[in-house]
Amino acid sequence: MTTATTTAPGTAAPPKPATMAQALRRALRDAMAEDPAVHVLGEDVGTLGGVFRITDGLAAEFGDDRCTDTPLAEAGILGAAVGMAMYGLRPVVEMQFDAFAYPAFEQLFSHVARMRNRTRGAMPLPITVRVPYGGGIGGVEHHSDSSEAYYMATPGLQVVTPATVEDAYGLLRAAIASDDPVVFLEPKRLYWSKADWSPDAPATVEPLGRAAVRRRGSSATLITYGPSVPVCLEAAEAATAEGWDLEVVDLRSLVPFDDETVCASVRRTGRAVVVHEATGFGGPGGEIAARVTERCFHQLEAPVLRVAGFDIPYPPPMLERHHLPGVDRVLDAVARLQWEAAS
Amino acid sequence: MRKSSSTTVQELPGSAAYRPTPPPAWRPRTDPAPLLPDPEPFRVLGTDAAAAADPELLLTLYAQLVRGRRYNAQATALTKQGRLAVYPSSTGQEACEVAAALVLREQDWLFPSYRDTLAAVARGLDPVQALTLLRGDWHTGYDPHEHRIAPLCTPLATQLPHAVGLAHAARLKGDDVVALALVGDGGTSEGDFHEALNFAAVWRAPVVFFVQNNGFAISVPLAKQTAAPSLAHKAVGYGMPGRLVDGNDAPAVHQVLSEAMERARSGGGPTLVEAVTYRMDAHTNADDATRYRGDADVEAWREHDPILLLERELTARGLLDDGHRRTVAEGAEAMAARLRERMNADPVLDPMDLFAEVYAERTGQLREQADLLRAELEASEETGDAGEGSHSPHSPRGPRGEEGDAR
Repeated sequence: MTTATTTAPGTAAPPKPATMAQALRRALRDAMAEDPAVHVLGEDVGTLGGVFRITDGLAAEFGDDRCTDTPLAEAGILGAAVGMAMYGLRPVVEMQFDAFAYPAFEQLFSHVARMRNRTRGAMPLPITVRVPYGGGIGGVEHHSDSSEAYYMATPGLQVVTPATVEDAYGLLRAAIASDDPVVFLEPKRLYWSKADWSPDAPATVEPLGRAAVRRRGSSATLITYGPSVPVCLEAAEAATAEGWDLEVVDLRSLVPFDDETVCASVRRTGRAVVVHEATGFGGPGGEIAARVTERCFHQLEAPVLRVAGFDIPYPPPMLERHHLPGVDRVLDAVARLQWEAAS
Repeated sequence: MRKSSSTTVQELPGSAAYRPTPPPAWRPRTDPAPLLPDPEPFRVLGTDAAAAADPELLLTLYAQLVRGRRYNAQATALTKQGRLAVYPSSTGQEACEVAAALVLREQDWLFPSYRDTLAAVARGLDPVQALTLLRGDWHTGYDPHEHRIAPLCTPLATQLPHAVGLAHAARLKGDDVVALALVGDGGTSEGDFHEALNFAAVWRAPVVFFVQNNGFAISVPLAKQTAAPSLAHKAVGYGMPGRLVDGNDAPAVHQVLSEAMERARSGGGPTLVEAVTYRMDAHTNADDATRYRGDADVEAWREHDPILLLERELTARGLLDDGHRRTVAEGAEAMAARLRERMNADPVLDPMDLFAEVYAERTGQLREQADLLRAELEASEETGDAGEGSHSPHSPRGPRGEEGDAR
């Protein structure tokens, strides 16, 4: 969809290890520097720099009016962002944790997602809602939800989630540049993941809505996103011992959904497993499996399988390793893809 | 006898000067006294202030009230003819609706609820455009930026934080803009009301919150809605002034709102205004008010009708004669006739517009679904099946609303 351009750097520093958190912070900083309409608001985003430090330094550089500590009220934050966007600003809202975004659902669903539609295009709302999501960080209750299915089920929202340091920058820039609202889901447990990355020469900002093939393979496709991408890559490496050559597709954008890239992969491999942390029943995997089956039925050698979180409220941290899809569970699913029948 | 240390009161360090002090974090904040509303609703008509009221303003208010009353009657009639899906009438509340529109300058913004189409019309919006939502046509029949009227808001009080955000953004840009947000008594119980007032006060946003307390939230009376002394008193908790006004006294509402707008304009921050009024009609045409209130109340309020109160004043001051009254009535009648005529024409909706403004660019799935609908439409044209409903101007739930009290 929308593509943003990045400023040409003066002298590009050589790539060096950077975390996803640093890339996100850099994306916010660059967006604010380029466009005075970009405003960041949320709980603790100012002086503290956010509980995950993603907004660290922004208030100092751009002032409290551009990076604002709000009262503690998520519906109020997002509702105020709606009014700010109505007046031509480009708000970037931080929801402190996945489950703390729920009070803002009415604003998100009844107004943010629909304003363009209900005004027949007269009043688009270029709002980015950043939501740290997912488990695996030992967070106590209400700090580890995978809430993407709620957002996916709401027409008018784009739903985006990075899995790499480079994408964290590129996708967040694209989200902020988009004239439509974006729910930008940040995998908490990847905040401190590192990759060689040059913040002075950021990669081209990707258009939203394009999946990326992270690993080429021929025997089956793992369709995944966000925090489960590294899990799938690890599983794919382990699978070589079994003689399976797995392809890994990182969706990056759940809405819009890149049927083209996903189906091109599945048509080639003939087998697919969808992997995510969110609960399976009513979760994103059901929609993805259905789309793949509808489009690739005659190329499929086996039913599309899902590896998802159990259908339980998010468990206590001492038990979360049993809930989250891990390498073994992914490999077990791959083993069930009717290999004997095919040979 | 030796004095036992165990019986001696243990003295604190520096005990001679010891005085209890407040907790370290405590500091005095706003003095609540100036924020408190007056004990009785502010009035102009029937008081000494009436003589000083500007005759031109009074006559403008009168003409607008009469037009507003006629507009409400016409819109209600249109529901009975199946030309409007639903109409939440503001009959009895015209003074509030009209005054809200008149205190706005060109650059100011209005944030209406679903009951406030009259305020939008009084601001100059074409009534047909104001009524598209209630007709079952597209949700917003106008460009909000062109009129500086936000879309009519159906979920209660959710438009209030929008008003705060817009006013805040305007102030950050250095623009002289005030947002006026309308809400009912029931809406004051919603979380968004609380959050909006809190944000507005903390940010000193140039916004005015205007509560039309019409006595009922559908069927629930104010006594079951709040235990506050008045709705205006709620302002004090947020650190903004609360003002109480007789909502059927048009010049009084105009004056109180004007003062609140001026306060916002001059950097004084937000104000909460409560107008005490009465909803003379049922919640909507789909509601039956006889189930929850008696005729005596309605009759008492009929004696306190906003048009009646203003007419008495104008007549007493010799500002209104029969000729003028007739001219105003004829103007309102002509407006109603034009509205009736235009609403009787079937609107033409293009079903393909369903996919037009979901996103700036259509997603792949929306392109597929648009193709599906297009094929269905073409097939129905070929078979001569008009596809009932595709161009229907009629109410989705019929003129009487069998589904109950939809907001």
